[in-house]
Formats: sequence, structure tokens, C-alpha cells
Amino acid sequence: MNALPASSRFTETPAVRRKLRQEALAKWIFCAMAAAMVVPLLLIVGYLVVRAAPSLNLEFLLEVPKRGMTEGGIWPALIGTLYLVFISLAVSAPIGILAAVYLNEYARDNWFNRVINLAVINLAGVPSIVHALFGLGAFVYAARFGYSIISASLTLAIMTLPVIIASTREALASVPRSFREACWNVGATRWQTIKAIVLPNSISGILTGVILQVSRAAGETAPVMFTGVVFFKSVERGDLLPYYLNEQCMALSMHLYTISTQVPGVQPSIPFATAVVLLALVVIVNATAISLRVYLRSRKKW
Amino acid sequence: MTDPQRTPPAPPIFAVRAAKRAAWAVGGEKILEALVYLCGFSAIVFVLGIFIFVFKEALPVLTRENFSLAEFLGSSDWYPTSESNKRYGVFAMIAGTVAVTVLAMVIAVPFGLGAAIYLSEFCGQKTRETLKIVIEFLAAVPSVVWGFIGLTVMSRLIVQFTGAQVGVNVLNGGLILALMSVPIIVSISEDALKAVPDSYREAAIALGVTRWQLVWRVLLPAAKQGLLAAVLLGVGRGVGETMAVLMATGHAVHIPHSVLDSVRTLTANIAAELGEAPAGSDHYRVLFLTGVLLFTLTFGVNLIADTIVRGIRRK
Amino acid sequence: MVTMAATANHIEVRDLRLSYGMKEVIHGISFDVRQHEILGVIGPAQSGKSSLLRCLNRTIDFTPDTHVSGTIEVDGEDVRKTGNVYALRRKIGMVAPLPVGLPLSIYDNVAFAPRCAGLNRKSDLDTIVEQCLRQAALWDEVKDRLDSLGTKLSGGQQQRLTIARALSHEPEILCLDEFSIAIDPVTTMRIEDVLKELRRHMTIVLVTNLTQQARRLADRTMFMWKGEIVELDTTDVIFSEKPKDQRTRDYVEGIFG
Repeated sequence: MNALPASSRFTETPAVRRKLRQEALAKWIFCAMAAAMVVPLLLIVGYLVVRAAPSLNLEFLLEVPKRGMTEGGIWPALIGTLYLVFISLAVSAPIGILAAVYLNEYARDNWFNRVINLAVINLAGVPSIVHALFGLGAFVYAARFGYSIISASLTLAIMTLPVIIASTREALASVPRSFREACWNVGATRWQTIKAIVLPNSISGILTGVILQVSRAAGETAPVMFTGVVFFKSVERGDLLPYYLNEQCMALSMHLYTISTQVPGVQPSIPFATAVVLLALVVIVNATAISLRVYLRSRKKW
Repeated sequence: MTDPQRTPPAPPIFAVRAAKRAAWAVGGEKILEALVYLCGFSAIVFVLGIFIFVFKEALPVLTRENFSLAEFLGSSDWYPTSESNKRYGVFAMIAGTVAVTVLAMVIAVPFGLGAAIYLSEFCGQKTRETLKIVIEFLAAVPSVVWGFIGLTVMSRLIVQFTGAQVGVNVLNGGLILALMSVPIIVSISEDALKAVPDSYREAAIALGVTRWQLVWRVLLPAAKQGLLAAVLLGVGRGVGETMAVLMATGHAVHIPHSVLDSVRTLTANIAAELGEAPAGSDHYRVLFLTGVLLFTLTFGVNLIADTIVRGIRRK
Repeated sequence: MVTMAATANHIEVRDLRLSYGMKEVIHGISFDVRQHEILGVIGPAQSGKSSLLRCLNRTIDFTPDTHVSGTIEVDGEDVRKTGNVYALRRKIGMVAPLPVGLPLSIYDNVAFAPRCAGLNRKSDLDTIVEQCLRQAALWDEVKDRLDSLGTKLSGGQQQRLTIARALSHEPEILCLDEFSIAIDPVTTMRIEDVLKELRRHMTIVLVTNLTQQARRLADRTMFMWKGEIVELDTTDVIFSEKPKDQRTRDYVEGIFG
């Protein structure tokens, strides 16, 4: 195979060598830039976990805050966050999914639907503090829900709605149009087509989008701090149903804000542990969404 | 209609032609479709609702004689709780928002762009998947946790390395905000780079350019618009972010002169004072007016960004 | 010839015009399709053949920004004024160029249309599924795995599945749009045999880009070009030495198009 002499044309000239060096340099520079966001994140998370270590145990999750929130655990905040997340998603997921079905399957391309699209985009861009103002004006005062779990959840629901609409639309659009046409050809109505073909084959994407909103709803502070979440609420240790829906509650995100800025003399590991719990929630939620995506991609039907 | 003798042998069954959908199935479908339409229209209702409710609460203060919009936007005197001389000027907060957002963009855009280029042009499939998961995680970290990181980790580092008096300042907020807006910049930039046809790349490589030149001379110019959209969305995020800047920028209502000055942003101002302002008071209404300002600002930014993104997707 | 004259028209198209946006793609065509004939429609790409079929069962409604004028009557009923468009679509079986197995089981693929029509009795569905798969010459290959996914079949099998599905709602008219594009010649021949069998029960409109296929199967053939009918006559005439229009002759001989 080596019968041919190495052609002089393909040996490295200084120019080629310079080119290769530049190539490698470019790769490393961009790699470093990517690393510049990943590495600090990992370092910070590591630091938080180390600082939180003394408080990280099951007792911390189940215990209520004690001595003016300077000691104890986070149970009331944890359970309050669960309340807020589930109620808000129970409201926003059905509305968001149906709205996406409308936009993707029913809406014709006219000015009215372009306005709806515009509204969805702008809804997604509204700052969370403006959502808080809206929740305060609309749910707390105008609808007379008062400062309550229901007001806070509805505010969160409207905030998560546009993202659910966007992710659902993407999932629906991934079902090929030829399937729909095949159904229409045999006399299926739009809804029969959606029910039999479109929804079953996009449900994984839809669910992933909704699940990702769990961490968003759990982490938001501004929209709930003026609509129904309080600094402190007395709750029994480990009580699963401590709140009524017309009451105020505690929430993890708000709790972290409170003990790290408003309460003096907190045992130092507690705020770190609270932050780590919030981060852990995010990791769990994202991991669930990713594994769901991978699992359902593996059994794709076409 | 036809001659009976010509009628061909009928197919054995006519079950389908005779079949009729049950009344409840037809009715249920009608109701569901009505619901679908209703939900579709709801997005408009919500956006209008947000604007109307926030504006409605702010409106009474606009009609006050001693209140002028020019002073609201142009003055940096913010004395909402003063007994004798109440002043509502948010200029210092606007300056704070601008300072933090600009700094964040100055940091986040090059890094986000570099990361996007690395993701789409240099790294392998596996690295890309991993990095994307990390970026998704970065995007999902709650803003209050970012604020907490600013308050505890970042502020200590800043005090140590710059010798500043306090660690919560423009620099801190900018760094935190940069980390927060990097994911969106990366994902939109990557979309924009992907939208550059492969034929451009192949043509450039066939001409023997280095990848460095490829990025600089071919990809960046071709993806210019998308990168602009990414920056705009980052700005939208920065202007609207609340908890992180509330915790990381300090609470000083004044126009910053260096990156080590503490500031207060528009969003942080609402979050910090809404709880103390009695409902219906002028102070309360001015905070809502700030909300209207924020709504309008982000509305505009997102609208422009979306128009650009749509243009790219269509290509 | 006498019997043919006695046969009523199954489809009557009068001055049909169709435009996508500002661009008109069918320029006022008129023709009839008779009961139990096979009408071959030939013509180069972009000549409006597929759009014509989409007008026929009104799936054109799903394409935004289209405008249709003129009338299409099926059994004397104007399709654009029909009260029940779903019943109309069931009356017309439609086979698309590329085989589409729905992501359902083979059984559900065929039972889908009857179910949409409101037929839910298991015994009826079983009969229909077996009969349609037999008619489409697919039954022997799939009878033991009716539960497996329709999308996992081979291209030729999927196309026959598509035909079985088009037959499942007991249509009176069967429209095939270039059905042999994605399948091999052997399968094509099998399906052509199926069609010869089916024409005893129904009217068939066969859009094809294979002129020889029209010659083999069609009773009459229509040559469309750029949204107009160049010539419509019995297949023998179209493929003879003397069609009326020179373009027809050039096209069937492969000189242009």
C-alpha cells in the first residue's frame, strides 16, 4: 500500500501548520467560553452543598421552623410550594394544552389568530413582578380571593401558561401533516383526528413541557409574595394537609428570601440547605423530563 | 337512477353507510371544540387583563395635579414615605436597571455566543447533548436561588477581589444576570447558526479557510439577525428579572457611577416596597405605574425579538 | 358502446377553478366521470391533478388561502353545499401518493374510518377489516399480526394498507393519486389486479404519472396540462395514432412533459 511516494504536496508547509494551530486555538477558545458558564455553575452548586451539609437530612425537610425561623426545618414551606405548584399547573396545563391545540390545529392564518400568537409571545415576556401586580389587582382585590393560596396559584398559572402553550405547540407540530390528511380523507372530523392521532403521538412532548414548568412554578417568588405567601405560618410537623385554599401559606422560594435577607441570626447552614433543596427539586424535575423524553423517543412509532 | 340490470353486485355489507355517530359523541365533540376555541382566545384575555388591571390601579395617580409623568420618568428623587415632601421619581431606578442589564449583556453575549458556536460547530454529538442538559439546568435554576448565590457567594468574592465596601452592587447583579440570561442567548444563537445553510460551510471549507475564518467571515455575518434577537431576548429577561437583582444589587436609590456602586432596579423597587405601601395610596399606585412602564418596555423588546426570530425560522 | 351511454354520470365537474392565493392552478375545467368506469388522469407534475382530487373530497378546505369556484356534483349533490362533508368524504375513497400507515395497529388503521362514522360493533368491524384487507391483497401477509403497528410495514404493504383503509368506509368512488410512486413494480401489478377487481363495485379515478398504467387500466383517459384539460377520450383513442391534440400524442409517446 505504501508503494506511492508521499507526494510533497501533502506534507506540512509552515502555512498549513499555522492553519492547524489556528484551528486548534479556535476550538479551545470556544470550548473555554462554553466551560466559562458550566464550571462556575458546578463550583457554586458544590459550594452551596458543602455549606448546607450540616442541615441536609430528612429531619430538616419534615421539621417546622423554630425560634423565629432561626432553627428547625422547612416543612411548611415545602408543603406550601407543593400546593402552589399543583394547583397552578392543574389550572394552566389544561388551558395551555387546549389553547395550543387551537393555535396548531384549528386556527386559520388570519389577523385574529396572529393577534393571539402575539398575545402568547407577550405573555411569555411579561416580567414576573408585573404578574405579581396583576395577581394583586385581579385576584386579591377585584375577585376578592384575598391573600390566599388560590390567588397565588392563579397568578402562577397565568405566568406558566405561555410556556406550556409554546412547548405543546412544538410537540403537536412534530406530528407529520400526512397523518392528519390521511384521517381527513377517510371522513374523520378534526377532533377525531386530534384524539386518535395527534394527541397520542405528541403526549410525551406535551408532558415534558408541563413537567418543566413544575420547577419554574416552584422557584418563582415575586408573583406569589404579594398574592398569598407569607413569611411564617404555624403548621404541625409532617402535616400533609395543613392549609385551606383560602388561607395564606409558606413557600420554599419565599422562605429562602426571608431567612437570607429579613431574619437576623439564622443558623448559617439553614439558608444554604433551603437553596440546595430548591436546586434538588429543579434537578429532579429536569431529570424526569429528560428521561421521559428519552424513553418516549425510543418507542417512537414512525 | 341506473338501470337495475346494470347494477353491479353490491359489496357484502353496508354497515358503515348505515352507521350513525351517537348523539353524545357528536355533542361531546361540539362542547370540547368550543372549549378549545375558548382556551385559544384566553391568551388575549390574559394579556389584556394584565394590562388593564395594572393600568387601572395606576390610573388615579396620573390624574393628580401634583404628579407629572415627566417628573416620574426624569427625576431621581424617590421619597415615597416622606411626611412633607413626597417625591416619586424613578430615574435612578431606570439607571440602575440599564446599568445592570448592560453589564449583564456585555458579559453574557460574548460567552453565550462563544458557547453557541462551540455547540453548533466544534463539539461532538455527546458533548453537545451533555452541555445542552447543563444549559437547560442553568435556565431552570430559580431566580431566588441566583439571588441567594449573589448575596452569599458572589458578594464575598467581589469584596475579596475588588476591595469594594459592599459586595451587593451593579457588578454582582450583572454577573448573576449574565449567568441567568446565557441559556436563552445560547439557545437562540444556536438556532440562528443552525439556520445558516450547510452549503455555506461546505463552500467555505472547500476554499480551504480555517474554522476560525469560517466562524468570523461566514457564520457570524449570516446569523447576524438571530444573534440580535438573542441579545434582545436577553435584555428582556434582564429588565424583567426581579428576585435575583433584588437580592444582589443592594438597595441604594441613586444613579450608579461605577460598577461597584449599589443600585436599585425598577423591578426590585416594586418587590421591595409593594408590601409596605397601603393599598390605594399614591405610593401604591406609583408602583403599579412602574409596572405599566416595565410591561410596555418588555412588550416592545420581546415583540422586536420575536419578529426577528420568526423571520429566521421562515428561512 | 350502448351500455356505456346508458350509464349515468357519477361525478360532474363544471367550470372548476382553483387558486392558491393569487395563483390560479386549475383554469375552469369541466368533465364527467361515469358509473363504474376507470378514468385515468395523466399529465406532467404541477398540472393540477392532485389539487383536483383535493377539491373533490373537499380536503382542500384544510389548505389556507385557497379559492374554489364552479361546481362539482357527486350523485347530483354539489360537494360544496353538502350538509355532511364527512359522509361525502366517506363516499370517496382517497389514496395519497406516499403510503401513510397511521401510527395505530393494522387493525385500527382499517377500523379507524368505520369507528369515526360511528360504527362500534366488534363483529362488524372484524368483518370490514378482513374484507378490506383481502380486497387490498394484504390479508394473507398480515392476518397473524393485526396488532402490530401500521407504520412498521414495508412501503408496498403500507400502500396496500392505505388502499384497505380507503375501502373501509365503503366508498362508491375510489381516487388514487399516483399510488405507485413509492412501491416496486411487482406490488404495483398486484394492486392493479386489485383495481380491476374493484371496478365491479365502484367508480375509480386513477391519477397517474405512468402513462402505460392508464393505458392498461383506464376505460377513458384525461390528459391534463397546466390546469387545463387538453383531451378526454376513450383510452384507445388517446393512446392511438390519432388523438385530436398533438400535445397528447407527444406526451403519451414521451416526447414532452
